[in-house]
Amino acid sequence: MSGRAPGALETIGASPPPRRRRPGSLVWWIVFILGFLYFFLPLLGTFAFSMRSQPLFSAYAVVVDDPQFARTLLYSFVVGLITILVSIVLIVPTAYWVRLRLPRLRPYIEFITLLPFVIPPIILVFGLLRSYSGGPLPLAGSDTGSDVLLVAAYVVLSFPYMYRAVDTGLRSIDVRSLTEASQSLGAGWFTILVRVIFPNLRVSLLSGAFLTLAIVVGEFTIATFLGRPAFGPYISLLGGNKAYEPAAVSLISFGLTWIAMGVIGLVGRGSRSRIQVAGAH
Amino acid sequence: MSFLSLTGVQKRFGATTAVQDFNLEAERGEFVSFLGPSGCGKTTTLRMIAGFEQPTAGRITVDGEDITHRPPNRRNIGMVFQSYALFPNMTVAGNIGFGMKVRKRPAADVKKRVGELLELINLPDRGDRYPWQLSGGQQQRVALARALAIEPQVLLLDEPLSALDAKIRVALRKEIRSIQRQLGITTVYVTHDQEEALSLSDRVVVMSEGRIEQIGAPPDIYNFPATPFVASFVGTLNLLAARLVDGPSGRLSVDGQEIRAAKPADSGAGRVTVALRPESIELGEGGGSNRLVGEVEDVSFLGSIVRTRVRLGEGATVSLDTFNDPGLAAATIGDTVTVSFPPEAALVLAGKASAEEAVEQAIAEG
Amino acid sequence: MTASPSLIAQGAPPARHERRFGWAWLGVVPFLVFAVAFLVLPTVYLLVNSLTDSAGNPTLGNYAHLSEPNLADAYWASIEISLVTAIGGGIFGFLLAYAVIAGGLPSFLRSALTTFCGVASNFAGVPLALAFTFTLGASGILTPFIKALGLSLNIYSKTSLELAYLYFQFPLMVLIIAPAIDGLKRDWREAAENMGASSFQYWRHVAFPILLPSLLGTIILLFGNAFGAQATAYQLSGGTINIVTIAITRQIRGDVANDPGVGYALAIGMVVIMGVSIAAYTFLQRRSERWLR
Repeated sequence: MSGRAPGALETIGASPPPRRRRPGSLVWWIVFILGFLYFFLPLLGTFAFSMRSQPLFSAYAVVVDDPQFARTLLYSFVVGLITILVSIVLIVPTAYWVRLRLPRLRPYIEFITLLPFVIPPIILVFGLLRSYSGGPLPLAGSDTGSDVLLVAAYVVLSFPYMYRAVDTGLRSIDVRSLTEASQSLGAGWFTILVRVIFPNLRVSLLSGAFLTLAIVVGEFTIATFLGRPAFGPYISLLGGNKAYEPAAVSLISFGLTWIAMGVIGLVGRGSRSRIQVAGAH
Repeated sequence: MSFLSLTGVQKRFGATTAVQDFNLEAERGEFVSFLGPSGCGKTTTLRMIAGFEQPTAGRITVDGEDITHRPPNRRNIGMVFQSYALFPNMTVAGNIGFGMKVRKRPAADVKKRVGELLELINLPDRGDRYPWQLSGGQQQRVALARALAIEPQVLLLDEPLSALDAKIRVALRKEIRSIQRQLGITTVYVTHDQEEALSLSDRVVVMSEGRIEQIGAPPDIYNFPATPFVASFVGTLNLLAARLVDGPSGRLSVDGQEIRAAKPADSGAGRVTVALRPESIELGEGGGSNRLVGEVEDVSFLGSIVRTRVRLGEGATVSLDTFNDPGLAAATIGDTVTVSFPPEAALVLAGKASAEEAVEQAIAEG
Repeated sequence: MTASPSLIAQGAPPARHERRFGWAWLGVVPFLVFAVAFLVLPTVYLLVNSLTDSAGNPTLGNYAHLSEPNLADAYWASIEISLVTAIGGGIFGFLLAYAVIAGGLPSFLRSALTTFCGVASNFAGVPLALAFTFTLGASGILTPFIKALGLSLNIYSKTSLELAYLYFQFPLMVLIIAPAIDGLKRDWREAAENMGASSFQYWRHVAFPILLPSLLGTIILLFGNAFGAQATAYQLSGGTINIVTIAITRQIRGDVANDPGVGYALAIGMVVIMGVSIAAYTFLQRRSERWLR
């Protein structure tokens, strides 16, 4: 897995500023067409390959009928949901208090959320495996323990995106004023978080959630080394065993990612607390 | 022989016409302002002179040469942008010298000229600074120097002071005018601030909705507005709906009370608008032969001026400005008073005072 | 004589302020504990173990192993692949971004490209490798055309990996550089033209220098991105290509009868490289933000 890097964080769904354009020159059209070809051909190749099965589309049928397909996809999906939940519970209070009460901590927290880029999945899983096999907390030894490690690793991977999404969302809803208004009306911290902050962060949370989901469902490295029955390892296994089915599942996976991104775009559109394109840090 | 001339210039964007039949002849060294509200076409016209927009019809000539279709980087015209547009990656000196550098002038010449200009704009020791290290006013001066460095035939300024504080605006505009006088460059200055336009220009072009409403020297624009728009846009103005009683003798009826205007009115129009400058009306009967009676509705203290608003019989109001004289007692709200003004102060304009203009008047009085 | 104001002020307890402060820390503690447990701890473990030998004594010997031909080759290969895809991905990604933003193309192409890039940067890993196998592999769709051109492409080679990496490097570049291109104010171009600059002069003296920190920073980011990638390489080459992430994979598996300490050294070496690249990127990004605000 390549790992996503800081910049991709919220540029999805951003609308461009109004700009008067010079008429398009040939050079730029050529650039665009080259780009289009480069991106399109591998997808076309995969599709064509999946069509080689006899009878037509049977590769897709085999994949969808395969119990392992449903099982691993469900597993990854559930793991994804748990990851999202844990991530939200950890990140939202943190981002909230850093913004409101602990601004001095901000650079340190941001540094921590950047660490997952410095420690790519392969290194992370290496460290997790070694730290948690044997010793006081032998999580790596058992299935459930490995599940815990998997979720933990994914939560760590989601930090940069979740934090940035929530932080941007908090900035755009002017969280300080909302909090002060709630306090003047008699609300306690818990009430404020649950009834005021969370609902107003809906859009940011949804965007962060779908990005995390896309990451989790496609992830291969960590799931493989932790030996968990996730979707990523399943695709890889298929790639080693079957001829045309991997092509079908690749396209299905691509389609699912597209849907997830589409939802992020839709969710972010036309809403008040919309994620800004902040560039990357 | 005019130096800068625009003939029949028109600009259309699809179905909308942004600028309609624009005609102007500016002399060498003249300072002309384009004045009008947002969207009136003044910036579009300026950009056509600069070459960033192409006119859909008409001609632009500078010193006899037709530059209508010349690309912007081949006109010898300097432009100062509203947002300064200083290149952030270059120092002040780098910015100012950019035009000459692009024309491949020798480095020594560039350095000398940059030095001269830094002196001119009063920032002699800031040459090594970067734009983000300067204040807004300083950045704007650098932008001016940059435009002047290439010794342009025409200087264009697009609302250069609108992003600055009021005090700096006043100081900087004087500086701009004095530099312009010194160098004798033909200048076009776009603004929506009528005080700026009136205080700086040799002539003002008042625009509205793509059309020229009036061209003239500031006193003419102010004292003899040609249209209701000009009258209400430039300075504050009372606009009163009136009925013609007798055109040739200039007799009109305002709110049931009769007054006389100095100029005979066009007897064709039944309903007209009478425009009165607040400073030309006096409280009491000593102001002139025209008398109007009403009740004092409001008295506002505006510093050096006291503005009294008087409601005439049928709901029309008239504001009058008097110099703040601590010795004189101001009117009290509720008093019945007479206001007076000379016939020369009453300007008769064709057309009714529309609701829009009434609102404008209310805001101007406000 | 009344006490001076400063004495009175000293006497007042700041209890209320402290209590609020305490509550706030509570909100941050779970996050910190989690980060330490599952991020910092594993890394420190790797670091510590990279500096100890099998007997538990401190040593730098594990790092010395990195200069062995096999591992040194892995590093050079990783560096080469990352450099090529970072620069190539950076240049073409920038051109692509510029084309849809300021190149005069219809505006719907911009949002289409942005959405696609969001998806494509996620497509990395196994599905991407498979897609390239189906396109350029032994029985790939495009392979006959390539053969007809007289070229040959080994799917297990560095070149095919580089081609595959570009599939997520281009989109990353497009997404990150887009705000910088938007930040190129139209006014600057017009001011430059007004001064008599040609298109080339504008690019050379104004646009390119302004964009340089962003471009450079993002290319460095792309470098780190490629360096740390594992899944794509693993799938495409069947685990045979000799790059750092695959070497680490072998170490984790215990495939290699090496001193386990070497695996740790490899890992920490990678962390250092990634850390430097992220730091450089952050620094350059802050620089460019100052200009493009």
